[in-house]
This record gives sequence, C-alpha cells and structure tokens, in this order.
Amino acid sequence: METSAPDIGAIRNSLTQVKDTPGAKTFRWLNYFGLTLLCFVTLYPFVNLIAQAFSSDAAIRTGQVQLWPVGFNLTTFQGVLTHGLFWRNYANTLLYTIIHVTVAMFLTTTFAYVISRTQLKGRNAFIGLAVFTMFFGGGMVPSFVVIGFWYGLRDTIWAVTIPGALSVFNLLVMKSFFENFPKELEEAAAIDGLTQYSVFTRIVLPLSKAVLATMTLFYSVAMWNAWFGSMMFLRDRNMMPVMMYLRNLIAGALAPTEVGDLQDQAQIGANIQAVTMLLTVLPIICAYPFVQKYFVSGVMLGSVKG
Amino acid sequence: MAQQAIPAPTGAGGVSIDLIDNHLSGQDLRQTRNTWRRAFRRDWRLYTLAALPLLHLALFAYVPMFGIIIAFRRFSPGGPLIGTEWVGLRFFELAFSSAEFWSVFWNTVVLGGLWFVIGFPLPIILALCLNEVRNRKFKRTVQTITYLPHFLSIVIVSGLILQLMRRDGPINAVIGTVAGWFGGEWSPHIFMQDPTWFRPIWIISEAWQTVGWGTILYLAALTTVDDQLYEAARIDGASRWRQTWHVTLPGIRPTIVVLMVLNIGTFMAVGFEKVMLLQNPAVTAVSDVVSTFLFRVGVQAGQFSLGTAIGLFQSLIGLFLIISANTVSRKLMGSSLW
Repeated sequence: METSAPDIGAIRNSLTQVKDTPGAKTFRWLNYFGLTLLCFVTLYPFVNLIAQAFSSDAAIRTGQVQLWPVGFNLTTFQGVLTHGLFWRNYANTLLYTIIHVTVAMFLTTTFAYVISRTQLKGRNAFIGLAVFTMFFGGGMVPSFVVIGFWYGLRDTIWAVTIPGALSVFNLLVMKSFFENFPKELEEAAAIDGLTQYSVFTRIVLPLSKAVLATMTLFYSVAMWNAWFGSMMFLRDRNMMPVMMYLRNLIAGALAPTEVGDLQDQAQIGANIQAVTMLLTVLPIICAYPFVQKYFVSGVMLGSVKG
Repeated sequence: MAQQAIPAPTGAGGVSIDLIDNHLSGQDLRQTRNTWRRAFRRDWRLYTLAALPLLHLALFAYVPMFGIIIAFRRFSPGGPLIGTEWVGLRFFELAFSSAEFWSVFWNTVVLGGLWFVIGFPLPIILALCLNEVRNRKFKRTVQTITYLPHFLSIVIVSGLILQLMRRDGPINAVIGTVAGWFGGEWSPHIFMQDPTWFRPIWIISEAWQTVGWGTILYLAALTTVDDQLYEAARIDGASRWRQTWHVTLPGIRPTIVVLMVLNIGTFMAVGFEKVMLLQNPAVTAVSDVVSTFLFRVGVQAGQFSLGTAIGLFQSLIGLFLIISANTVSRKLMGSSLW
C-alpha cells in the first residue's frame, strides 16, 4: 500500500536499464578511463605552468619540472610584479575591459530590445542588417584602413575597445531572451502610463539580470583575452593591454632582461614567461568555477533561436 | 486612363503630376506613408534606442565593407580617403600571379581541411561518451575541466604550447623517460622549428582548447532524444552501438548539420591568431595562412589595396562555401541554417 506511488519510477528504471552485456561493461570502463585521461591531459599544461612559475630557471632548463616545482623560488614573481610596464599594461587591460563592456552592454541590450519587438515596423530590416555582418565583412585590411585612417583612431584606445562592441551572436541571444519575456507585464506597464523607455529600464532590465550577467561575462572575457586589435592599431608599448605584453615576451620583442633586475639571479626566459602567463590567466581561472554556468546557459539560449 | 489625367490645367504642372500620381498609385503611396508615420509616432522611442547600435553597425561593419573599394583603386594613407584612381582588377592579378599567395592559399586549405575533418567530429564523439556516463558528479567534473581551455586567450594557449614543446621542455622530457623504460634513446627535438610538426601541433592544441566547449550544443540536443525510441530499439534487440547509430545520431542530426554548415563557412578563416603566435621563419613554408599573409602584406607592409583584394577573395570564398553548404544540406538532409 505505502509503496505504490514512488516505486513506479524504480520499476521503470529497472526495466529500462537493462543488464549490461560484457561488451557494454568493458565499454563503460573504457569510457570512464578515457574521460579521466582527457581531464588529465586538459589540466596538465596548467599544472605544469604553475610548477614552472615556482621553479628555478636552472631546473626548468634541464627539463626537471613536470607537475611539481623544482628549486622553489619566488624571486621571479617579485621581478615581474615590480616591472612597471607589466602593471601599466595590466591596468590598461582593466580599463579597456571596463570601457568595452560598458559600451557593448549598452549597444547590445538596446538593440536586442528593439529587434525583439515583433510589432515594430522595419524590425526585419534591422535584424537582416545585423545578421548579414556575420557572414560577410570588410575584412582585416579595410577595417584597418577605415578605422585607423578614415576615422583616425590609430593609436587611440577607441580602436581597441569600440569596433567589437556589438557581437551579433550576443545580440541574437539577448533578442531571443527578450522575445520570451511575458508580454502581459509590459502591456500592464504601458497601460499604467510608462513610456517605452521606462518599460525598458524599469521593467525589462531589472528582470533580465541573469542574461545581463551572462552577456557581461562574454564581453569581459573576450576583451580580457583580446590582443590582435592592439597589435593592429597600437604602436606605443605603454598603451598595450597585458596580453600584448605577454605576446611580446613570448615573441622575443620584449627581452626578459628588461623585466626587473633579474639578470643577476639568472631568472630569465622560461621562468619569467611562466610567471607572466600565470598572473595573466589568474583572473580567468579564479572566476571560472563561479561563472561557468552562466556561459553555458548563454550558449544554450543562443541555440534556441539563433 | 492616362489621357484623362493629362488634360488637367496646363498652367499648374505640379497639380497634374499629383493627379497622375494619385491616379496610378496614390492610394498605396499614401497608405505606406501613413503607416510609417504611424509606426514612428507610436514607436519613436524604440527607434531612438536603435540609433546608436545602428550607427555602430554602419561605422564598424558597413563602412569597412564599403572600404573594399580600395581593392580596385590606388590608395595611400594621407591621400584621398577612397584612393586616387581606378585600377580595375590589377591588384587581383598581382595577387594571383604571386607564388607566395598560392602557397599561403593552399596552406590555408590544408590546415582548414585537416581541422574540419579531425576537429568537427571530436565534440560529437565526446558528447556521445559523456552521454553514456551515468554518474552525474563525474560527468559534471569532466565538463567543468574540459570547458576551461575555451576561456583562455590564444596568447596564453600559444605560450603554453611553446613552453611544453621547448627543446628542454616537459614533452621532450616525458618522451625521453618513456623511451628510457624501453631501453631506447631520445635526443630532444625542437618541435617548433620542424615544419612536419607544425600542423599536428596546431591541430592537437586546437582540439585541446575547443573539444569540451564544442559538446555543449550536442549534449543539449542529446537530452531531447525521446527515451521511448531507445526502449523501442531495445525491444527490437538493438545493441548499444546500433542504438547510437540508429537513434542517437539521427536524433541530433539537425544540430550536427547546422554546426557543420557554420564550420564550413569559417573554413578559410582558420584560427590564424594562433598561427601568427606559433610560427617562426623555420616553419612559414607550411604554417603561413591567408590571414597571416594579409596582416604582413596588407597591414604591416602597408600594401592596402593588395591586402584588401586578397581579403575580398577570401571572404567571397567563405560566403560561397557557407551558401553552398547550406543549400546542399537543405536538399539532402532537409535541415539547414536558414
């Protein structure tokens, strides 16, 4: 009597989960093994990076560093952290990210809201204008000429932060979010005499916090990781974001000996690169566990109608 | 009918034209004018909200598109904005007659093709493997770990590759150790200087970075496959493999097709940033792709018209590929991107 209702699920489970054949069992173990191996392979470069960052250059040079620091030292950290250019570039990245995200969020939310209004005349033309740019564009050289020379934005922070500030993918994600918004709320607000501006800022935006957070993260990570725009448009080392600092270090355009007073301690090359990479990637890795689910939800949202 | 309209007072030409207008299409014209006016009166706030985004699209997407005009004109910075004179297809001929262009073109096709053949199925396979995992905690852990590389800057990824593949780096050390176990010898190899290793390294690292994240859409699609289909297949005596082949894969086919069309469209734009960061003079013969060539010629060397011509050729191929892939998939599979 008492076990009538809840057991149906269990019975159904026992019916659907047919006993494994030996082959299926082998596959299952192989599967677990393979996936575990994949995780190790994925994590290995990071673990190695951390180990290298804390190792002595001599140990790195003789190939001793694998998963654990050898010849533990922190002097390279001191060297990199006292390098003025590193800090300046790091601050630039922060500034560029803030500007980029602010502009991008304004452009994306307003435009997504407008093209999500099905009654709006000209809506399809707006959507078409945006979507077409996903499949065809001016390309690298015309963009460089137009933004750099026609607009004269070369060597300004605007060339780095503004051109990418309207991602059509993000736009479509937000649009599909706004389209699923309960119509009644907005209608009620309109009847209460709110203008379209107020409906947008006081009703729609406060109820879209999750998707706004997701979009902010998308844009932040994109800008934090960006380097190519700076490579094209900026020439002054002091204006570069930290990714360009790292790129110059890796490409040999920035000599390791310039970083701090490390020549004396032979802390050069590989060790400095490892430390700089670690410091650059740190914010992403630290934030990642907390924000991962927002990214996944953003991608899923985009797949619904994008 | 037209004859009736013309005998209107000859002195007032405007009136007669108005009459003709009214006669022919006045009704429609007035109606469209009115609806636009009405739409604007009702929604002008929405249109003002769209103004800045539209301006952004115009300035940073459509004006650069118009800038393609310099592929057909002589242009020098500091001179007139749209160049000085028409030169027709001169810059295209210049590009097509250069051996270096064809070399980078084929490098792009080979790298893009290899990546498509190897890289496209990988997330599907991983998603199928993850789908078989019954322990939810384990599944979530694998997902969290394999998504991580997606968030790294290409600069970091390239730095990691260079660090791992160094002559005195960990990979050489591991191979040396393993070779030692079997009594073999391994003299450290400088992978990044070896042309035969460039493509494998590029592809393996690309797989490392993208395979986990690529599973998201497939995993979502897999949850929508109807459980009853599996039950039916099982009752019919289908093994796990047959279930995967006859139920799972057809179930996620629309997703596969859409992503395949998108992937074919980006074929020519293969991750050139990583090429740029990884390549060195010893390997450019195989590593250099159209986009890195474009950057060197069109941006750094300042040959803007030539660079634009090559870029236009590249984007037209991309556009052509995505349109044909979409058409083919619509005809054959019945599902498509648009």
